[in-house]
Amino acid sequence: MNGADTTFVLISAALVMLMTPGLAFFYGGMVRVKTTLNMLMMSFISLGIVSVLWVLYGYSLTFGADVGGGLLGNLDHIGLAGIGPDTLTDGKKGIPVFAFALFQLMFAVLTPALMSGALADRVKFTAWALFITLWVTAVYFPVAHWVWQEDGWLRKLEVIDFAGGTAVHINAGIGALAAVLVVGKRIGFKKDPMRPHSLPLVMLGAALLWFGWFGFNAGSELAADGTAANMALNTQVATGAAMLGWLVYERVRHGAFTTLGAASGAVAGLVAITPAGANVNALGAILIGVVAGAVCSWAVGLKFKLGFDDSLDVVGVHMVGGIIGTLLVGVLAVDGVGGLVQLGRQAVGAGAVIVYSFLVSWLLAVLVDRTIGFRASEEQEIAGVDQAFHAETAYDFSAMGGSSARRDLPVAAPGRGDATEPQKSLNKKVDV
Amino acid sequence: MKLITAVVKPHRLDEIKEALQAFGVQGLTVTEASGYGRQRGHTEVYRGAEYTVDLVPKIRIEVLVEDADAEQLIEVVVKAARTGQIGDGKVWSVPVETVVRVRTDERGPDAL
Repeated sequence: MNGADTTFVLISAALVMLMTPGLAFFYGGMVRVKTTLNMLMMSFISLGIVSVLWVLYGYSLTFGADVGGGLLGNLDHIGLAGIGPDTLTDGKKGIPVFAFALFQLMFAVLTPALMSGALADRVKFTAWALFITLWVTAVYFPVAHWVWQEDGWLRKLEVIDFAGGTAVHINAGIGALAAVLVVGKRIGFKKDPMRPHSLPLVMLGAALLWFGWFGFNAGSELAADGTAANMALNTQVATGAAMLGWLVYERVRHGAFTTLGAASGAVAGLVAITPAGANVNALGAILIGVVAGAVCSWAVGLKFKLGFDDSLDVVGVHMVGGIIGTLLVGVLAVDGVGGLVQLGRQAVGAGAVIVYSFLVSWLLAVLVDRTIGFRASEEQEIAGVDQAFHAETAYDFSAMGGSSARRDLPVAAPGRGDATEPQKSLNKKVDV
Repeated sequence: MKLITAVVKPHRLDEIKEALQAFGVQGLTVTEASGYGRQRGHTEVYRGAEYTVDLVPKIRIEVLVEDADAEQLIEVVVKAARTGQIGDGKVWSVPVETVVRVRTDERGPDAL
């Protein structure tokens, strides 16, 4: 067992874990006050649901021995059967399978959470929970198997996807688009102002994502070596370049360098360098970053032209950024790999994920919608889904009224029971 | 008695407070307000989507005075609030029937 590599992967797993709450803040700041908590929860719940599913069958479907054709893993490792502390991964990367499984678990958690931004403000919390349960099972686990399991068909095709341009970002972006087409637009889309309620929260989220992404990208080497270092460096460089690309485009088109643009550009760069960073040099990383920043900045406007309410631009940033990185590495890959042949492979990889993920995501969204109903009621949506599904509000704006009375000061209570009795009931039935 | 209400630019609050104190005003109430008059709002851009923000932040200052002081006090406020730019706000007065000091039950001008 390689202790240095094991340490690196375990730390990287913790870094990637932080990306999901980071994403929650990134998205949470972009919605209106009345849906902030729901937005945070849509990401955060993935840490609960997918962690459990991963142990039950997710790891096995993804990294179990191939059942044929490079399409899916078998069920040998259900409940992590057959794996113990002494079980090591093969080859030079001799690290405990537990460390590898934990690291990959964080990817499986993050990917469905990425889709949540597209469905902001308008879906039932139970429907979302059911949807991501089905989605990781039928979409993420198979696609991750295609890309990263040694017998996966895209891996055998030699598609370059070092840390998840196809399996994570294109997958989540196109899946989100399919779900949006089923769920529909927010009430007031294109009419009501839907300004981000807290750009500082967005910036905090972007910073946590950037930090965690070093684990996501460099950790994917599964070894503390030169490739990991190259990846880490390129992650930084591409992200900086993408922020500049987005801001310059925005300044020319809209007249200002916005905070939201800086945060969004950084995320677009992180997305685009994810598949590519281990196979390009630093100058290639700058090019990928600048292109991703400028193109994504343009792409987020498409939803208004085409009329689909991808509320927080999951398609415009993750799908478009993922495609840019996946294709550009086909051209820019060093050591004689880059070229038309490789570009073709990359296009096949991206195209396969787009087609499969769109179709299955759409079917799953329809299934959820036809059974338990995907959307919140109109009344819940207008009042804000925080109250409807979580019985909470994110902020207490007024010291007068609104808050419940304090219950910790018993007033001449004969017995202690009365004063400490919990609040009887909420006024409204909590309907999830 | 009169109630003088001034809706003015937030950054003039300190000058207005000092001018009112110099004039001898004992108390006032300040609230945050928003609205528009001839000065309209501004445009904000979020990921390329432009929003027009109609309402401009202002502060509302309210002062109770005796009838005899009202005109002079309005002048004091106007002078302190003025920047000469659009959006300086407005000051107006309305008659007040009754004022009661809650602690002592004093009424009318004694309660000011």
